Amino acid sequence: MTYWRVPLDLDQVEIPHGNIQIIVNQCKGCGFCVEYCPKSVLAMSTDFNRKGYHYPNIVKRNLCVNCNLCEIICPEFAIFVTDDKPRHPDPEEVLKGGGNHEG
Amino acid sequence: MSKTTTGFTNKLEIPTPREKLHHPMDRYLRTERFPHIWCATCGIGTILTAFISGLEKSGLEQEKVAVVSGIGCSGRAAGYLRLDSFHTTHGRAIPFATGLSLGNPELKVVVISGDGDLVAIGGNHLIHAARRNIDLTIICINNFNYAMTGGQAGPTTPIEANASTAPYGCYEFPFNLPFLAESSGAVYVARWTALHIRRLAKSITEALLKPGFSFIEVICPCSTLYARRNRLGTGLDLMKFYHDNALIKHGADTREIDIRYQDQIVVGKFVDKDKPTFLQKRDKFLREKLGEKFIPYKGPQPI
Repeated sequence: MTYWRVPLDLDQVEIPHGNIQIIVNQCKGCGFCVEYCPKSVLAMSTDFNRKGYHYPNIVKRNLCVNCNLCEIICPEFAIFVTDDKPRHPDPEEVLKGGGNHEG
Repeated sequence: MSKTTTGFTNKLEIPTPREKLHHPMDRYLRTERFPHIWCATCGIGTILTAFISGLEKSGLEQEKVAVVSGIGCSGRAAGYLRLDSFHTTHGRAIPFATGLSLGNPELKVVVISGDGDLVAIGGNHLIHAARRNIDLTIICINNFNYAMTGGQAGPTTPIEANASTAPYGCYEFPFNLPFLAESSGAVYVARWTALHIRRLAKSITEALLKPGFSFIEVICPCSTLYARRNRLGTGLDLMKFYHDNALIKHGADTREIDIRYQDQIVVGKFVDKDKPTFLQKRDKFLREKLGEKFIPYKGPQPI
């Protein structure tokens, strides 16, 4: 969604934010979290973990909205999200349409 | 150490974690047994997360929940859960759970097992526990074949699907599990896939809080056998298939929701009705017949 001007109540808008933690060596590289993250925060890494699987990397950390979907969809209990301070959207980001929609 | 009302004590110690990071579900898991044996892109781990999340939401105490499972891939679930759990012989998860539930009515007994265990060898136990409306919650993980023993055709394998004992495709009529459960007398019947993870967790919470026989069928991707033999890709491809082909239809007629090979899967909550459980019915009936002579069973007493 794009705006033609900065919304007047932008300073009151708070976007929930989560801090993603990945237990790298427990991952089996199924890719569920990468595929189903609604904000495309994660991407598969090119590195291998101790077991020889590719694991997810956090590529757009600030877009995480703490929905916990990766935590609940992970079959290996290898990723989880902790609460972080909600962030205020950046006016320039809102005008460009970034930051508040799927990446 | 906590003391239950029945006088038994339960030790629930949190083990030292494998790494510095503590997963929030670690307190429900026997982390010393991890990583688990399920294949990469198998959905059973996801269903286990949904179960834990549903259990957390239900507000039941950890000491008051017991998990029983049978043989098969999903039978391992009991061993990974830090709850009172038991891994029974093939097909006998429900008889064991029945005894547990009747012997200690305070417990909420959950059976997590597969289609081959619950419906094939344990089929008779399933229908009779449903008929008696015993206070159990059944989570039947359906991956359409016997995955642990090498992908043999089972009672839920759809017609046309390839299995190691059906190399030209399966030609037997499969079971329609929600219809089987409803017609046998279950009070709560739902079906979800491993992708509908939040709805599944909500359904598990509802089933846990529902007195009586509740049955949840969960369609699960089997990457190593079902998907490989049928050239369906990995478990992730099957998840995408569920995303495109699952139709949420609450209250659908269970007679019309049988699963065909690579066709639409109707999911949702189909049955939610109230019926006295086995114990309620027994106590009421015997009190009417025997009057003051009837002494109700009060659960296990401390010695």
